[in-house]
Amino acid sequence: MTSAVSFQHVSRHFGPVRAVDDVVLDIAPGEFFAMLGPSGSGKTTCLRLIAGFEQPTSGHIEIFGETAEGLPPYRRNVNTVFQDYALFPHMNILDNVAYGLMVKGVARQARQTKALEALDLVELKGFEARRPSQLSGGQRQRVALARALVNEPKVLLLDEPLGALDLKLREQMQVELKTLQRNLGITFVFVTHDQSEALSMADRVAIFNNGKIIQVGAPKDIYERPRTRFVADFVGSSNVLPPDFMQRTGGPGKWVSLRPEKITITARGMTPGSHAVEATVTSVHYQGAVTRVNAEAAGQAIAVSAPSSFGAVNIGDTVTLQWPADAFHAMEDEA
Amino acid sequence: MRSERGQRAPRALSLAAIAGLLFLHVPLLLIFLYAFTTEEKSYQFPPPGLTLKWFGAAWERQDIWNALWLSVKVASIATAVALVLGTCAAAAVSRARFFGRDYISLLFILPIALPGIITGIALRSAFNIMDFDFSFWTIVLGHATFCIVVVYNNALARFRRTAGSLIEASMDLGADGFQTFRYVVLPNIGSALLAGGMLAFALSFDEVIVTTFTAGQQATLPIWMLTELIRPRQRPVTNVVAIFVIAVTFIPILFAYYLTRDGEHVAGGGK
Repeated sequence: MTSAVSFQHVSRHFGPVRAVDDVVLDIAPGEFFAMLGPSGSGKTTCLRLIAGFEQPTSGHIEIFGETAEGLPPYRRNVNTVFQDYALFPHMNILDNVAYGLMVKGVARQARQTKALEALDLVELKGFEARRPSQLSGGQRQRVALARALVNEPKVLLLDEPLGALDLKLREQMQVELKTLQRNLGITFVFVTHDQSEALSMADRVAIFNNGKIIQVGAPKDIYERPRTRFVADFVGSSNVLPPDFMQRTGGPGKWVSLRPEKITITARGMTPGSHAVEATVTSVHYQGAVTRVNAEAAGQAIAVSAPSSFGAVNIGDTVTLQWPADAFHAMEDEA
Repeated sequence: MRSERGQRAPRALSLAAIAGLLFLHVPLLLIFLYAFTTEEKSYQFPPPGLTLKWFGAAWERQDIWNALWLSVKVASIATAVALVLGTCAAAAVSRARFFGRDYISLLFILPIALPGIITGIALRSAFNIMDFDFSFWTIVLGHATFCIVVVYNNALARFRRTAGSLIEASMDLGADGFQTFRYVVLPNIGSALLAGGMLAFALSFDEVIVTTFTAGQQATLPIWMLTELIRPRQRPVTNVVAIFVIAVTFIPILFAYYLTRDGEHVAGGGK
């Protein structure tokens, strides 16, 4: 099957800066694909390479089997939702949405009908005559989405589209974007630096760092089996434990990711054995169904997420932390 | 004490301000006044009588019409040249990053900072070296040097306030370079260009120094006035023409000011 987007050893250098460095990537048709990474990691440049705003320094890009490098943005069947939305301030909402059809020469009546349909899709009917400056951030975001979707792109690129929205609106838009993508069946490529957004929305996630892809996989894979310490740290919430610490507890001589919910907490004196360590509680955070306990064992901070029913522990208590022999995930970093 | 000083200072200040305004504008009023005087040889005060005949006399004079037509042509073409070159330069400087960009920006603005006489001499020697005959076109070129600056400055300010992603959005939606310019760039910089163009026209229309150096036998309207002051024949006609020049240069400048005044918000930059 042809990939929706295929990167074959693609690099994009700006002078000495390797913004994108030898990236190999295949995005399947209909996939919701997230590019996740800190700022400057190359994820946005990758998106711009697909859109055609950047050309690769070397390597080969295909969009649905067609060579993309050398094609200007207006010859690609790909549309972008920009981070700042980039709505045309001098046009009303209807003309903004109909713009793509207008420049392609679609007759006025036809393009207005389609633009109205697109506005309906994003639940903005009745806003046609307004100017972008008269809309809220969330509404502008929907207009930007409608303006891209009206062109029926094969791939929709979203550059941190939820970054400017407040938390509540962002969570709502996450659900709506996901539903929209499932209903339309269009390939979505989504750039974000928010790991929870990427993990909750995407079918697959690529983790970027320093212009390279560190790991590609389903959110569950990335979360449970981070390939390197960078991934574990960036995706967050897991305990990243050093090799010497693991060896002392009967584990491998490698960097390891150990998830807080795999650790059980018991009062001192209960058989430490292997895969267990004695620790001092440093803080306790009640979070409803679970309680998060931060402890310290031999200078190593360890977070534990325990069911709130496990019984009371207090700051300063000495406890035993224990985990099953197969609970941790060894990473590829050099020891 | 504070309130006492607070009251005195504004009075002194407002007196100074009034004096300044009078100093600036009384001569202008005199020009208006002497356009209506019955005395044609000298400026005696008060004028012995008032008449409208000089407006008729000015209307009849072919040399005025010639000078006026030449000035309008020069100003129009210099403005057109400035609009094209100034916009291109502003687009390049605001969008692209290249070595020496800031210096190039400075070089564009320099002609308006240099005394006109330097620009004039420089152009005259350049035209001489290149064996250009002094003509209508040398005047246009001379005027274009400072007209470009006002267009460039206006366009650059607007380009900087217009989000760059608008152009990318347009291309992304399928518009080629020409369509993007027509539907997105031009509507966003249009009023800035209009303002810059009108300022350029006004600057060119009353320019004397550079014109003196770059003109051949042609007399633009300001040059005509200068020569007219030397030989006293129908003096008030000069004043009539002066009123006309004031109107032609003042109205566009006022209009340009209103066009660029509102527009504090960044086009397309709102989130």
